Amino acid sequence: MNRINKLFQEKKNILSIYYTAGYPNLGDTVAIAEELERSGADLLEIGFPYSDPVADGPVIQASSKSALDAGMTLKLLFEQLKDLRKTVSIPVLLMGYVNPLLQYGVANFCKSCAEVGVDGCIVPDLPMAEYEEFYEKDFKQYDLTNIFLVTPQTAPERIQKIDSLSNGFIYLLSSSATTGQNLQVSEGTEAYFSRIAALKLKNPTMIGFGISSKETFDKACQYANGAIIGSAFVKNLKADDVSGSVKEFMKTFKP
Amino acid sequence: MIKSGMRINNAESQKIRIKNKNKIMNYFVNEKGYFGDFGGAYIPEMLYPNVEELRTKYLEIIADEGFQKEFHQLLKDYVGRPSPLYLAKRLSEKYGANIFLKREDLNHTGAHKINNTIGQILVAERLGKKRIIAETGAGQHGVATATVCALRGLECVVYMGEIDIARQAPNVARMKMLGATVVSATSGSKTLKDATNEAMRDWINNPIDTHYIIGSVVGPHPYPDMVATFQSIISEETKKQLIEQTGNDQPDYVLACVGGGSNAMGMFYHFLNDENVKLIAIEAAGKGVDSGHSAATTALGKEGVLHGSRSILMQTEDGQVIEPYSVSAGLDYPGVGPQHAHLFKTLRAQYVSATDNEALQAGLLLTQLEGIIPAIESAHALAYLEKMKFTGKENVVICLSGRGDKDMDTYMKYFGL
Ligand SMILES: Cc1ncc(COP(=O)(O)O)c(C=O)c1O
Repeated sequence: MNRINKLFQEKKNILSIYYTAGYPNLGDTVAIAEELERSGADLLEIGFPYSDPVADGPVIQASSKSALDAGMTLKLLFEQLKDLRKTVSIPVLLMGYVNPLLQYGVANFCKSCAEVGVDGCIVPDLPMAEYEEFYEKDFKQYDLTNIFLVTPQTAPERIQKIDSLSNGFIYLLSSSATTGQNLQVSEGTEAYFSRIAALKLKNPTMIGFGISSKETFDKACQYANGAIIGSAFVKNLKADDVSGSVKEFMKTFKP
Repeated sequence: MIKSGMRINNAESQKIRIKNKNKIMNYFVNEKGYFGDFGGAYIPEMLYPNVEELRTKYLEIIADEGFQKEFHQLLKDYVGRPSPLYLAKRLSEKYGANIFLKREDLNHTGAHKINNTIGQILVAERLGKKRIIAETGAGQHGVATATVCALRGLECVVYMGEIDIARQAPNVARMKMLGATVVSATSGSKTLKDATNEAMRDWINNPIDTHYIIGSVVGPHPYPDMVATFQSIISEETKKQLIEQTGNDQPDYVLACVGGGSNAMGMFYHFLNDENVKLIAIEAAGKGVDSGHSAATTALGKEGVLHGSRSILMQTEDGQVIEPYSVSAGLDYPGVGPQHAHLFKTLRAQYVSATDNEALQAGLLLTQLEGIIPAIESAHALAYLEKMKFTGKENVVICLSGRGDKDMDTYMKYFGL
């Protein structure tokens, strides 16, 4: 069984942390992963930066730009992750946009993921139809999980279809939004989360985009198997004390 | 030697040729939203409901008789169409060909962009949208969008790169006067690409009541096809005007500048299946194709995905988009629409480029020979005349996509006026 399925079988209230590879310093990628695991994170999403991140708000735009300016590339990222599995045992996903992946080559990308022990990826601008037609075969060959997003506007039939293509979890957006905003649980949001629960999907769910505090994390866990924190974590990283700033941030969530 | 069993009779071979020809000759969008290898809808799930709604409804909306009537009425009475096809005599004499200018510069608001915004605002209304967003480079599309929003009483937000706001000040003022909110895009190269990113982010954050009026033949399907359809009025009129003026609706050459490619697509549209008509698309070479300061996408780019479609774009080996450069804000874009990528790959159209200097000189030349100050974008198309060889008989149509009022500052600085 892969690490992701195992995690969801064994744990509730899963805390997943997103951060951008190569930020705040180019060489921090693996050190942050290690510190996060030590501080109690259950799952990691490592962003490979892209020059035009249309689904991201200001914080992740800035971290992406900083990483790119420092020289981060997909190729370098896989080199940095070469010995990841010697020190990190929690599941790891790569998250990024489709163009860098395309230029790296889909099959090549999947092979590199498998080689360094990455468990899957999240590619927000990769359409479902294209995934099915051109990518799924390679993903399956290397036992990689592809995570799809669902928003309050996603139609039920489409959610069912996403469920059938997924093998890991489904990423629920609290609202249609770019990253980095605050989750507001209104009646509408609750109705949406309940609607998802009623669909009895085969895959577990994680709530993301806008989770910034212990309070919003706990709220999200009422409706899903866990939640994902991105911008709030990235914003708190300190270039001159990476490990300290990770520890400090995680204290709130895993006291 | 042909084995007898393999021989096919003439009728059959004709059929195969027609079949192959149709296969090779399909320059238009297929049912999956692709032009050959290019197009599609590479968008995050947050945009899917809006883009899907548009995809499933746009053909029906546009085909509707009421829509067509309203669209053409507005083009006639409000935009001032048909735009003239003008035989530029002194320019023709200089180059030794019959050079016709398709006068999109005479449209209301001063460029071809309004053909598309009129079409899209009518679509937005039929989708029940209350709020309009747009990106703009030169500001022409922003002005054209702000104009139709004023016309129909809809809220309008225009994203524009910080650098473009500075170099196209008159258009910023026009948008504001028209009631639009102009939002400065401060990320990346602070030009058209970044304004487009910001508009997409706005759409993600406003998933219910907003329609995004994309200003060129770029973006996820169905935008490239929809925008080309609205702009195709340019070549539709040109053909009729050519018959009246030359007796032949097929010129030898058709030229247009390409930023995202909407005036070129409109100018090429009804000529795509006229194999004898040579189509030439002129990109912005900036300070020179190999200078590191250029926007000549097809010369410098590779296949990839930007702003929702698979096309050709300027990028690093790692797939990061390279920031383009051109003196002309409307051509300062690192990609081209997917239909252009297809025309480029199938060799149906020839893609060339003109530098900043060549374009500015061509702008001055047209001004002094014909009394027409062209937009610097359009001047790129004119600049290519210098590189063409004519025998004196050729009919050449150039899309004069816009007027130069907005560029006076740049012209003044360059020529020390
Ligand atoms: C006058 C004019 N021509 C051309 C363009 C380039 O756009 P497109 O390639 O979509 O025609 C612009 C864009 O702003 C423009 O204002």
